[in-house]
Formats: sequence, structure tokens, C-alpha cells
Amino acid sequence: MRVSILAVLLAAISYTIYSSVAGDERLLVKAGDQAPDFKLEDLTGESHQLSDYQGQGVFLNFWGTWCKPCEKEFPFMQNQYEVYQDQGIEVIAVNVGESEFKVSNFANEYGLTFPVVRDVNKDVMDAYSIGPLPTTMLISPDGEIIKVIKGEMTEEMVASYMEMIKPESQESSE
Amino acid sequence: MSKIICQCGHENPEGSELCQACGRTLTEAAAKRKTHDVMRYEGMARRSQTYHSSIIDKIWNFFSSVKVGVTLIFITLVASAIGTIFPQEFFIPQNIPAVEYYESRYGIAGKIYYVLGFHDLYGSWWFMLLVAAIGTSIIIASLDRGIPLYKALKKQRVERHDSFLKRQRIYTAYEGNASDDVIERIGEGLRKRRYKVKAENGHLLAEKNRFSRWGPYINHVGLIIFLIGAMLRFVPGMYVDEILWIREGETRSIPGTEQEYFLKNDGFTLETYQEGDSEVFDQTIQRTGAIAKNFQTDAILYKRDENAVAGSQDELTEVDHHAIQVNVPMKFDQFALYQTDYIENELYKMNFTMDNKETGEPVGAFTVDLFNPETSGVYELEEGYSVELTGYYPDFSGFEDGEPQSDSPLPNNPAFLFNMVSPEHPDGEVAFVAIQQNLEPLGPNEYEISFNGIETRDLSGLTVRKDLTLWILALGGAIFMFGVVIGAYWNHRRVWIKKGPDSILYAAGHTNKNWYGLKKDIAPAFEYAGLDQPMDHQELKESDSSAKEEEESGTTRQHK
Repeated sequence: MRVSILAVLLAAISYTIYSSVAGDERLLVKAGDQAPDFKLEDLTGESHQLSDYQGQGVFLNFWGTWCKPCEKEFPFMQNQYEVYQDQGIEVIAVNVGESEFKVSNFANEYGLTFPVVRDVNKDVMDAYSIGPLPTTMLISPDGEIIKVIKGEMTEEMVASYMEMIKPESQESSE
Repeated sequence: MSKIICQCGHENPEGSELCQACGRTLTEAAAKRKTHDVMRYEGMARRSQTYHSSIIDKIWNFFSSVKVGVTLIFITLVASAIGTIFPQEFFIPQNIPAVEYYESRYGIAGKIYYVLGFHDLYGSWWFMLLVAAIGTSIIIASLDRGIPLYKALKKQRVERHDSFLKRQRIYTAYEGNASDDVIERIGEGLRKRRYKVKAENGHLLAEKNRFSRWGPYINHVGLIIFLIGAMLRFVPGMYVDEILWIREGETRSIPGTEQEYFLKNDGFTLETYQEGDSEVFDQTIQRTGAIAKNFQTDAILYKRDENAVAGSQDELTEVDHHAIQVNVPMKFDQFALYQTDYIENELYKMNFTMDNKETGEPVGAFTVDLFNPETSGVYELEEGYSVELTGYYPDFSGFEDGEPQSDSPLPNNPAFLFNMVSPEHPDGEVAFVAIQQNLEPLGPNEYEISFNGIETRDLSGLTVRKDLTLWILALGGAIFMFGVVIGAYWNHRRVWIKKGPDSILYAAGHTNKNWYGLKKDIAPAFEYAGLDQPMDHQELKESDSSAKEEEESGTTRQHK
């Protein structure tokens, strides 16, 4: 009896202290979660919905034009996109709340060929609980988040990440 | 479990101080202790006082100690007091990291304060551990005492052993008075004072207000419910306290609603009292300047279709539409939005003219939306004149390799690179325009861009609040107070009447407090029975010792 009372108390206290120390961290979208679906328009006015890319690995990058590390990543992402685009990888760059003017100038400057979508109301950013930029989400072909990368990536990292989410049997899907 | 068998034959659990049947003391130690202390828990066995061997016993005994409980409360009190020496993290400027702020502002003491977690006292793990330990102490100490006490009071015997009665503070043996008639009359008198009287073999037990003994335990239940309420705030969905900054004209998802609700700011107003509005204010307005009258956000609340996905704006349906003012929140689905902050006059649009430098005459005017410039960048003016925006730097911070840089997407210090097309210069002339800065990077131009006013808008700061724990906290608080009241304003009073051999009548009384009240309560019954009032032995002892003192002082005087 006393043991069970002590056990219940210990469990309640551990939960509370864990929650408070972990803070909001535990509420964030993290690896292992199902990626929240979203639908945003790219610069040509075409809609992109995440669920349409079921079966493909999605390299989801959140960025802003003012963010220097984001800017550095773009050439790497473009290069690797060209390598992996035929292997079932889609790159989607989500701009967080900037004007079409700024975003399209940026995309033109870097000659980006993957979809660059605008999250005008920071709605998708909230859905993915994105903090500092850049943040990249690796989404597996079945829509699970494999990894969350906060901060700048090198070209080698970009390549290895794309390798991680590459669909396994490319032949069968074609 | 071993048992203690009393002389009367009753088996008592190990650790008992008084026999639960007859009331004899069971151990030497109990016989030596003060009656009042033994009676506090009716001489019942308490786990914490009985077993000391296993680790569970040790934990149990640690938390059941009142001394430990009081010490924990005291440490918490001291920690809370220290937490008020420097401001809490919540109140310090948000633009510097807390670790730097405390050290630079308060030196080494500030650093220690930060490292030990005093800057966020209620969030620091050790403070929560202290509160949790107090909670544990309350629960265990109450169980350890409350349950035996409840059992003892539930199955009280009417007849007690003489030694039990003799030990009571109020006790008298009336010789030759033990007639049934006298006992009957005492019982009747006590019944009139609303005692519950039980008779058994001619003996009486009269009892009143037993419930007041539960006061401390009820009080503790209230505290525990309160602590559970506080704990539930950490369960997702129970408690939300967020701030939503929203510009005029913007639609934002409301934090904490899982993107189910959206809010549109249809305009923010700050009204102030004007001179002449009311005599009351005139003097103060002259003295201190404007006084705020109203902070208001005209808000439209939208709900998003359940199946909608993030990013799609077309599935929003309007749910509510009203002004949020101080003390007039917008309430929906257990949430409330309160007007708590604002920023006035953020840059929104900038008006420009393109002028001929020589004549100073404008050849056209245009407006750049700082949050959403023309996508093409082209602003058509009249008759062959146009301006193309080729670069926009909302938060201009200087040049790097000849490239203008922007620190953020907010128009804190907007700068523009324009290409001015005129009939004379069909390919355009390049001008860099920033606040108080006009550059002609590619050589002198014939035309220039000049500022021609700005448009601003306000940001409204709304607090998003949801608290499903409030009723639990209120319930806990109410139960707490209820326990305090019944424990404080009522007293448990008991009278034992025993018919002894040789017509001796034993009368004893006990209360947990307010002995004067007990004596006053039982006086009419004894009077009615034709008996003297039973004696208060503590009073007798006190008067004895004061009499002795007088005697001693008397002899001293004689010696002089």
C-alpha cells in the first residue's frame, strides 16, 4: 500500500519536473512525427501540397532572404536537387512571410528550379513549430519526419540527407 | 505483525500506546508521556512510529514527520524570498540574453542568482522538487495520522479503564454517587447541550463535534487538489498563455489552438482623453499630457475547416466579430484574447516622387508597400516615365562587397535601389535611396527620387489565455478554507461517565482545545445531577505550584 502510494507520487512528480525542464521542446514537431500536411503556392502560382508527394522523399527547407546561412545553402540544394531529382527526391523551399518581390528576385538570382513556396501568414511555419532559420525537415516517402536540421548545412550534408530520404525501390515506382 | 495484548484481553496492533478497547496505557513510554500528546491520535499505532527497518519505512517516516514538513516549508519560503531580490527573468529586457543581463547588471551575485535558477524560480527544477516534497509530506503525514485516528474514533468503546479516566485532565471520582438516576441526569443534561450520548452497561460516553478533528485532513486534501491543479498546467491542452502580435490588416493563426482558429486585426485604436472631455481630467492632462482612454483591436475570429491543411486560407469561416478592449476579451472555445500591448506607427508604406533635379519639378509619384512591393518592381508614372524597383532592403544595415544588406524582414530602416526611366534615359538611371541617404552609384543622374511621406500602421499585442485548471484551483482553495474553518471554530469534546464498584462514579472529560468551553458545556449537566463540577487537574496543578511559591517566599520573608 505504502509502496504504491509512493510510486504514484514519484510518477506525478517526475512527470511535472520533466515537463517543466523539457519546456515547450516536447511540443515541437520532431523526428518520428508524421509531417503535417500543407498547401502553398509557388512563384508561378502553382499549388504544392505535401500529401501529393507521397512516395517521394521531401527535403523541406524553411528560409528567409535576410538570413545569411539560408542564402549559403541554396546553391548546395540546387546542385543536389539536380542530382537527386530523378531519384524520387523533391526539394521544397518555404519562405517565411516575405513579399513575392523579394522571394522571386532571390529565386531568379540563384536560378532555382525546385519549387519555392511562400508561407504568407507563417501558417506552415507555426504548424512545423519552426524557431530560428534555417530549419530543414527530412520527410520520408511515407510522410514521416526523419530528421530536423537546425542551422546551416554543407553541400556534403545536403547530399547525405537526400540519400537518407531516397525512396528504396525506384524501379518499381516507375 | 505482532500484537500487543492488553490486560483486558484486547489485541492491539504493534505500536499502540493506548488499548483501543479499555484505554489502558500499553507501554512504559506511553505512560510517561503527557496525556494530551497521547490523546492527539487516540493512542493509535502509527506506521511511521512503529517500523524503521526497510528503505520504504525510512522514506515513509521521513515524509510523515511534521518537523521535516515545516523545514521544507521554511526552505521554500526562504527560496521564494531570495527570488524577489533581483527581478525575475520575465521582467528583464528581452533584447539581452538573461545570462548576460544578470551578470552585467548585478555582478557576481547576479551570476550566482542565474546559475542557481533564482531568475526563473517557479520554473527551476529544485524549486519544483521542494514544492513536490511538501506535497508528498502533506499526503504521507496525513495518511499516517488520519487513518489511525479515523479508525480509533469510529470504534470507540463506552467503558474505559479507570487508569484511562484518571489520566484525563478533567477527572473526578465521586464516592457513593453512582446511582442510575444520577447517570441518567448527567446524560440528559449533556443531551441538552447537543452531545451524542451512548450508554452501555450503565456507563456513558458523550461526544460532540467529532468532525472538527477532520479539519486538518480536509485542509490537506484541499492543498493537494490545489497542487494537482497546478500540476495539470503542464499537461498539453490544459493551459495556454501566449502573446499574439498582429499588424493591422493581418490574419494570424492563434497560438495554442493547433491552427484551428485565426484572427484578423481590422484596426487598432488608441484613444486618449481630450481637454474638455471631462473636468476631472483637464488638470491632469495639462500636467502630464495625454491619458489613455481606450485600447482597442477590431478583431475578426475565423475557424478553419477541420480537414483544411496548413497554408490554405480559403477554408476560413468567420465565427465572431467584435472589438477587443482592456477588460473586454474575445472569448471562444475556452480561450480568451485580451488586449495587453501595442506598438504604434510601424512603417507600412512609403510615398515617393521622381523629380527632375534641375527644375525640382516632380514627374510622377508612387507608393511602395514595404511589406509587399509590386512583384514586377515596376511603378508606371506618366508619359514615358517609370521607376523600377531593383532591390529592396527592409532593414538596411550597410554594404558588404558593394551589396546592400538587410538584417531582418521588418521595415525598420528601409532602403531601395531604383532604376529611373525617363524619355531622356530609356535605359534608366540608378539611384540608391535610404532614410537620409541618397546615392548615385553609377554616376550623376538627371533625376532623383525623393521621399514624400509615409503611411504607418499599428501592431496589437494580444494575450491568448486558456486555463482549464482554474476550477480545480478554486475547488482546492474552497476545500482548504472549509477544513480551516471546521478545525478552528469547532472542538471535539468528550465526557466519560463510569459506574465503578462501591458506588464510585468516575467522570472524565477531554477536548482537543478550548478546555474552558468544555467545562462550561458540561457544568449544567453535573449541576442538574446534583454533583460538584469535575476538577480540572491542570488548573489544580497551576494553583498548587503558585501556592508553593507563595509559601517559599513567605519563609524567605520570615528569615529576613
